[in-house]
Amino acid sequence: MRRLIQGGRVIDPAAGIDRIADLAIADGRIVGLDMADFQPDERIDARGLSVIPGLVDLAARLREPGQEHKATVASECRAAAAGGITTVCAMPDTVPPIDSPADVRLVRQKGRNAHAARVAVIGALTQGLDGHHLTEMAALRDAGCVAVSNALHPLASPLILRRALEYAASLDLIVVVQPLERALMPEGCAHEGPVASRLGLPGIPVAAETAALGQILALVEQTGARVHFGRLSSAAGVRALQRAIADGLPVSGDVAAHQLFLTEMDVADFNALCHVLPPLRNSRDLEALRAGVADGTLCAICSDHQPHEDDAKLMPFPATEPGISSLETLLPLCLRLVDEGQLTLPEAIARVTCRPARALGLRAGSLAAGAAADVCVFDADAEWTLDVEQLHSRGRNTPFQGWALRGRVRHTLVRGEPVYQSSADSDPHA
Amino acid sequence: MNALPAPHRPGPLPTRMQLEDGRLRHLLTIEGLGRPLIEQILDNAESFAGMNDQGVKKLPLLRGKTVANLFFEASTRTRTTFELAAKRLSADVLSLNMNASATTKGETLLDTLRNLEAMQCDMFVVRHADSGAAHFIARHVAPHISVLNAGDGRHAHPTQALLDVFTIRRHKGELSKLRVAIVGDVLHSRVARSQIHALNTLATGEVRVIGPRTLLPAAVEQLGVQVYHNMEQGLKDVDVIIMLRLQKERMQGAFIPSEHEYFQRYGLDARRLALAHPEAIVMHPGPANRGVEIASEVADGPHSVILRQVTYGLSVRMAVMSMVMGVNPQVRA
Repeated sequence: MRRLIQGGRVIDPAAGIDRIADLAIADGRIVGLDMADFQPDERIDARGLSVIPGLVDLAARLREPGQEHKATVASECRAAAAGGITTVCAMPDTVPPIDSPADVRLVRQKGRNAHAARVAVIGALTQGLDGHHLTEMAALRDAGCVAVSNALHPLASPLILRRALEYAASLDLIVVVQPLERALMPEGCAHEGPVASRLGLPGIPVAAETAALGQILALVEQTGARVHFGRLSSAAGVRALQRAIADGLPVSGDVAAHQLFLTEMDVADFNALCHVLPPLRNSRDLEALRAGVADGTLCAICSDHQPHEDDAKLMPFPATEPGISSLETLLPLCLRLVDEGQLTLPEAIARVTCRPARALGLRAGSLAAGAAADVCVFDADAEWTLDVEQLHSRGRNTPFQGWALRGRVRHTLVRGEPVYQSSADSDPHA
Repeated sequence: MNALPAPHRPGPLPTRMQLEDGRLRHLLTIEGLGRPLIEQILDNAESFAGMNDQGVKKLPLLRGKTVANLFFEASTRTRTTFELAAKRLSADVLSLNMNASATTKGETLLDTLRNLEAMQCDMFVVRHADSGAAHFIARHVAPHISVLNAGDGRHAHPTQALLDVFTIRRHKGELSKLRVAIVGDVLHSRVARSQIHALNTLATGEVRVIGPRTLLPAAVEQLGVQVYHNMEQGLKDVDVIIMLRLQKERMQGAFIPSEHEYFQRYGLDARRLALAHPEAIVMHPGPANRGVEIASEVADGPHSVILRQVTYGLSVRMAVMSMVMGVNPQVRA
């Protein structure tokens, strides 16, 4: 099938392109821009719309295998597509965890069967995420894992971490680490600060992040392993990463989109929808995270999507499960950073396309000729109000209910094939 | 592009959930109650105390009402005083030990509430190990049910704080002239948080907290207190000393090195009591660990009002129960 996406504002930060153009696609690949003699089988009218590489999301929970009551690979891949995401990195902390080649193949196959966003699997770093025994990382890589991670599960000791980094490095596998020292946050469920103190919520100090970062960075320096720090939450964390990058260590980092908009104050009415890990911190941290995104210290903005069934949040705050359903707010929140003057539009697009792809070595996030035709076409001016009932994700757990957002996905293509489309007329949010 | 409207923010703060048309609908926390309302509760408690003093032990104010004590966490003293207060007001009382009930069999908290609602209860008195549990329940109960927080996690224990300020008012009078010191494990104490809010709302002259940094919450000064790590300095010239219970399980958490050192640094004995105002009173929400946070000579001494607190607690809880049900001691049914 040959398709032509016509007349849109093509923004491809990887190639430095930002202009009105026609994007030609054939056999699932990008052919090029403004190809005069290209004869399409189908035309997509993108006048007044933006045409960008499909979004690459570095962290999402797809809940399969084992937690299908929360979501399925298929449901969340469709939600991702509705959010303009064409590659979604599945975290390994499913039940049971994704720690064997069979698990990896199963999740990838379910992803393919969904005919929506692609699934890039991040495999477990230790068996059963037990923190003690390394997984067969070579087999995981051969089965298609793009990286390994222990997600939020702690490692038994710094020695295990060292061995894990060394072994992963010998396979050229990137290790994704969510730096949070569990020993410093017994029962912790909210940022250790005035709000948690007032509400009597057990705190999670910033040091839980920085202590973990410090230890990991010391071992990165020792081992030379390639580490991506996922979901930083604090000003001190950004500073530590900035220094490490300046020192030439092979590290990168990302932030969850919600950390750029919410703070501990949003927890102030025991709002369980704002129960996340790492916790929402204070406004100074939020500003530092935004600055870190702007200066590139944080190369990527991810969804950190964690869909839950309603009951998971219908308990007193500390007993609720952390996480936000966030695939479909990733792009609008990034656009809001543009509206608020934090980033230019191409910079914002880069943080959810080429930069995350580069961080994990994924062949995605580009509209260069020959690249897979993973494309998002969106209306940057469409204003809508988030209504959880309209989400495609099974998870309705978002604190952004009722927020006025800008930017609606009109078409999502994976390998050149439409996996999601909506028109302004049919869009329930429009 | 036009600026987008301001982001949606969460609904009313929990402090506002408990008021309806200015009337007390639930009692979840002291925060946000306002001085007139707290003083009204204390005044009503005075009326009940007066009646109790005159030998009128039972009033028909809550006749026909059903109060359910839902204790998801063990407690004898608090549960008993709530139960007795409800009975003194002629309510029917259910006291349920929720640890041994359906929630341990997998039923959700909301399912449990729905079942209790179906039993036509009018008031839930809730104790729970999680901060925010009382708010959660208040947010989800049927409109005719009032929720009283009998202690949630580390968050709040409002009736205990009210009986404490009632005690202070009775024994020391005008709070604006007083220095009050709260000593010990503020970090884990729901009582201390509620006391601080109550004392500050009533414009107490000075509220101090005294304890090692391991037992004080982060940014505790933002609650409106002066912070002391030295007991001798903190007790100087105070009019009221509120000792907090040091939970023995804290010993395992490396919060303090030993009971011995804790008592040496923060225990209240006669020598330290002498640093306070000569007519200072000593309070304790109970149960007290003698020799750990307080010496027997002080707990049983002339400055102690510990047992009076227990008595006043009954009047305060009667006042709160009658107010959330829309009746007060002046209105006889």
